[in-house]
Amino acid sequence: MPVPVANVETVPAASSGPPLVHARRLTKRFGDFTAVDGIDVDVARGEAFGFLGPNGAGKSSTMRMIGCVSPPTEGTLRILGLDPRTDGPAIRARLGVVPQQDTLDTELSVRENLLIYGRYFGMSRAAVRAKAEELLDFVQLSDRAKDKVEPLSGGMKRRLTIARSLVNDPEMLLLDEPTTGLDPQARHSLWDRLFRLKQRGVTLVLTTHYMDEAEQLCDRLVVMDKGRFAAEGSPRELIATYSTREVLELRFGPDADNNVYADKVHGLVNRVEVLPDRLLLYTDDGDGTAAAVYDRGLRPASTLVRRSTLEDVFLRLTGRTLVD
Amino acid sequence: MTQTIGSATPSSGRNSGTLLARIVPLPGTSARRAGLMVERNVLVYRRAWVLIVSGFFEPLFYLLSIGIGIGALVGTVTVDGMVLDYTVFVAPGLLASSAMNGAVYDSTFNIFFKLKYAKTYDAILSTPMSPGDVAAGEICWALIRGLIYSTTFLGVMLALGLVASPWAILVLPAAVLIGFAFGAVGMAATTYMRGWQDFEFVQLIVLPMFLFATTFFPLSTYPSALQAVVVCTPLYHGVELIRALTTGLVDGSLVVHIGYLVVMGLIGLRIAAGRLEKLLLT
Repeated sequence: MPVPVANVETVPAASSGPPLVHARRLTKRFGDFTAVDGIDVDVARGEAFGFLGPNGAGKSSTMRMIGCVSPPTEGTLRILGLDPRTDGPAIRARLGVVPQQDTLDTELSVRENLLIYGRYFGMSRAAVRAKAEELLDFVQLSDRAKDKVEPLSGGMKRRLTIARSLVNDPEMLLLDEPTTGLDPQARHSLWDRLFRLKQRGVTLVLTTHYMDEAEQLCDRLVVMDKGRFAAEGSPRELIATYSTREVLELRFGPDADNNVYADKVHGLVNRVEVLPDRLLLYTDDGDGTAAAVYDRGLRPASTLVRRSTLEDVFLRLTGRTLVD
Repeated sequence: MTQTIGSATPSSGRNSGTLLARIVPLPGTSARRAGLMVERNVLVYRRAWVLIVSGFFEPLFYLLSIGIGIGALVGTVTVDGMVLDYTVFVAPGLLASSAMNGAVYDSTFNIFFKLKYAKTYDAILSTPMSPGDVAAGEICWALIRGLIYSTTFLGVMLALGLVASPWAILVLPAAVLIGFAFGAVGMAATTYMRGWQDFEFVQLIVLPMFLFATTFFPLSTYPSALQAVVVCTPLYHGVELIRALTTGLVDGSLVVHIGYLVVMGLIGLRIAAGRLEKLLLT
């Protein structure tokens, strides 16, 4: 499913019907500070859409507006075809929210957290009891059902928060940095759950500053910086547009002046990045470029050819000194 | 499993499911959803019922110590030309004060913890629940707790022969009204608190009222200038309301007491809901 780069309004093949999120010139200001600066975005049904960006880029503010818990300052916003300003409760009834900070009810047990949350959505006690068991099983917390929330590990709390967000069978799940602060096992366990939800047709909208998370989960993403979109597209398109297929990393030892070596490799590739400890050569053929480096008589202490990642895109777009 | 919220009117965002909501328009508040907030608290206290029982003992100890102990020294008090046993005089004052204390405690410490630390309300507001639902539900819960205490205290008063009038049947709704007035204002105040230190101000207001708002001695004890000050305090109206009902000294001033507490509660509730919205939905 080819998606034109830099056209975030294009609806991918998985979709049908009107967009679940539709924003035009969406703006959020807090006093003099502009957190979100006139963004345009559409998210189609069934899509996994990511907001990628450094801290303070405006991701969370955007998510709160989409979640109808923060009124936009300016611009148009439609969620599920409805206006958050007037239809907030009706929209929230059909959303699932995983906030950045755990907001589990610490005065209740694991199971009770799900039970009462379902009740807030107007579900009957019988319906929510059945749903709670199903969700506890889904997030592998059935054996902790009677425990209090506080002693759970960070990963378990996150899984419970995800279970809670699913209690109303939401059409769209909003995840604000879902795996920040988790260990690798917990992250993979969460990704697995999210991937299964996606396969079931749940629309995912998430924020992250982890590139691997964005690559794993997102069909389409935007890189946000200072309240605006710096780039838009699928992970692969972004890499193709803003980076190269591969990256050659050269290390010349601790005392080497990397600027000198940057001059010596000049012309081999279109873009060289000088870091304190290494040179990054952006290339479509890493091994070929490495051979060319040796042909120039250079003998780096180590060479590494790796696939280009979103991280390369991200750092290029949101800042690190570059030599083009 | 989503259900549309039948009582919400999306176009205006307002709903008048209860009499209260019609008097004080709270945006998007429904009695059913406020009831879910109560349901949450019932879940919490189902395990911690001992905490609820403990709240009953404070006014009981006061009654035994001051009412019966000091009462034996004081003897009688004359109110409106009627001679009352001191215990009969002080018991309704203690009941009104404990209704105030319970409501204030519930609506300040408990609410502050959930608001600032547990982020309980942030999670709740991601559902169809509105700030008005949360505010009304939390105050409602404080009233239910208060009602349990008032009922048991009234039972003790009956057992000790401290109730002199059939009007006393109205003591329970009156105590709920006191709880509503103080609970709503307490919650509104809590939304302005920056840290735990600010709760000192609550004590600074509540304790003098408890000691001086005619709980322990009649208004006529004060010089007239001070009487005017005491009459302005909300607890004075609460104490006088309950005392009129248990002693049977009922007159037109009852309307003033009730009116004062109703208006105070409604204003508090309106401010609390508005502030919750401002704090949490920014």
